[in-house]
Amino acid sequence: MAQYMYMIFGDESEMANVTKEDWALMLKAHNEFAEQVAKLGGTITNGDALAPTAVATTVRGQSTGSPSVTDGPFVETKEALGGFYVIDAKDLDEAIAFAKISPTNGGVEVRPVVDTVGG
Amino acid sequence: MNRLADAFDDAYRREWAFVLAATVRVAGSLDVAEECVQDAFVAAIGAWSEHGVPDNPGAWLTTAARRRALDQLRRDKTLRSKLPLLIELDANDPDPADIVEDSVVIDDRLRLVFTCCHPALSAETQAALTLRLVCGLSTPRIARAFLVSEATMAARITRGEKKIEVAQIPYVMPAESELPERLDTVLTVIHLFFTAGHTASSQDELVDSEVVGRSIDLARMLHALLQYESEVQGLLALLLLTDVRRQTRVDANGSLVLLKNQDRSPWDAAQIDEGRSLVALVLMSRPPGRFALQAAIAAVHAGAPSYEGTDWSELLGLYDVLLDVWPSPVVELNRAVVVAELRGPEAGLAIVDGIASAGQLDRYSYLPATRADLLRRLNRRDEAALSYKQAIVLVDNDVERAFLQDRLIEVQV
Repeated sequence: MAQYMYMIFGDESEMANVTKEDWALMLKAHNEFAEQVAKLGGTITNGDALAPTAVATTVRGQSTGSPSVTDGPFVETKEALGGFYVIDAKDLDEAIAFAKISPTNGGVEVRPVVDTVGG
Repeated sequence: MNRLADAFDDAYRREWAFVLAATVRVAGSLDVAEECVQDAFVAAIGAWSEHGVPDNPGAWLTTAARRRALDQLRRDKTLRSKLPLLIELDANDPDPADIVEDSVVIDDRLRLVFTCCHPALSAETQAALTLRLVCGLSTPRIARAFLVSEATMAARITRGEKKIEVAQIPYVMPAESELPERLDTVLTVIHLFFTAGHTASSQDELVDSEVVGRSIDLARMLHALLQYESEVQGLLALLLLTDVRRQTRVDANGSLVLLKNQDRSPWDAAQIDEGRSLVALVLMSRPPGRFALQAAIAAVHAGAPSYEGTDWSELLGLYDVLLDVWPSPVVELNRAVVVAELRGPEAGLAIVDGIASAGQLDRYSYLPATRADLLRRLNRRDEAALSYKQAIVLVDNDVERAFLQDRLIEVQV
């Protein structure tokens, strides 16, 4: 078993215009995704939507002793990180299979989570 | 002594993938396995010169490599238990320590190939890992074939092995539903490697025979393991039928000889027969894939009594289907050459100009080179000269460059 983080990227401007109905549809899609993952043998250990990058705050320069605080995301991109999951999967093939059915209008980056507790 | 060196080279070529694949099952990690196999080959030199070459060198090497892997496992037991195992052994798999030499399942090599060519790895990493791990080619040798520095290639291989381990790319056969796509990646890697040898970039020789030979070995191995997959048959046929021209593509002075002017008598009839019977088989599968169709095209060329005697309309039909299955400007360009033979250079030129204006092949030397040749045949010498100059700027291979320079001089007279 391994653990992977799914970073869901998408166009924020589209998200800004979603109606109540769109939102409900999205939630439904995510619930269905969670059911699918469970059925296929994966375990979602965490996951949520993130507020837009417009309200993000970035703090840098910790190593200098006087960190700076700036308005905005760490990296400005057209497609921004909008939500995440942490899922236990058998291996990368299974993790990719989950990513293929995950609801997103952009794409998903799959990253292995390093086990710093058990190791 | 010579017999020993031959036996060793032979074992390296034939058995490397087998030994490594069998050792990965014991070692549980690719880089540990690679190290153990390397050690086993080194040990073989000493042991074989002292006691003679064993009857079954592959089995000898497998035992030696696995023993090393097991030793290492015992030594690192505490450490290993903390690392993720690359392979989760099936419950009904025998304990690795009990596996005897000849029980190695043939699938091991396939698993190795599919792991190296996993879509989560970049195309260049897939190629590098396949050559290093499946063929056992040295890092400097791979670096030379792909025109990068040794340091770059070493870093690429290390990164790839690291990703396999950390992201847990499994060491398994792809699921049935994924097989066509996954297989296509593997075939693309082998074809890329063959092409790198067939017209060696930035080298003073046209063909890198070692690279060509190793890529045919790979295709043969895959064919032996997956003989009913038509694209595997197609790839092997394509390589065999393209490679028959290896000797005749250059003359005694090492200058390029076009297909048109090649003496076909030295072409290896047995190799052509083997390729053509594979083509006959693959064309029965519907719909034929891109490697099958390219092989069929190569078969038409290899089977033609002469350039003039080539069945151009058959070729055009095949290119039309290929373009359907695999739309690509390179295929369009090759099709244009066939059109020029059938309907005259003007008709070919119209297609070539269309491809050029689409702009996808801006860095591809064969585009201006083809255009130049068609213009030369139409006696439009100034335009031909311009195209030859463009092609000369883009070409990588010295032999091809010399050819284009000669042609440039011809049209400028």
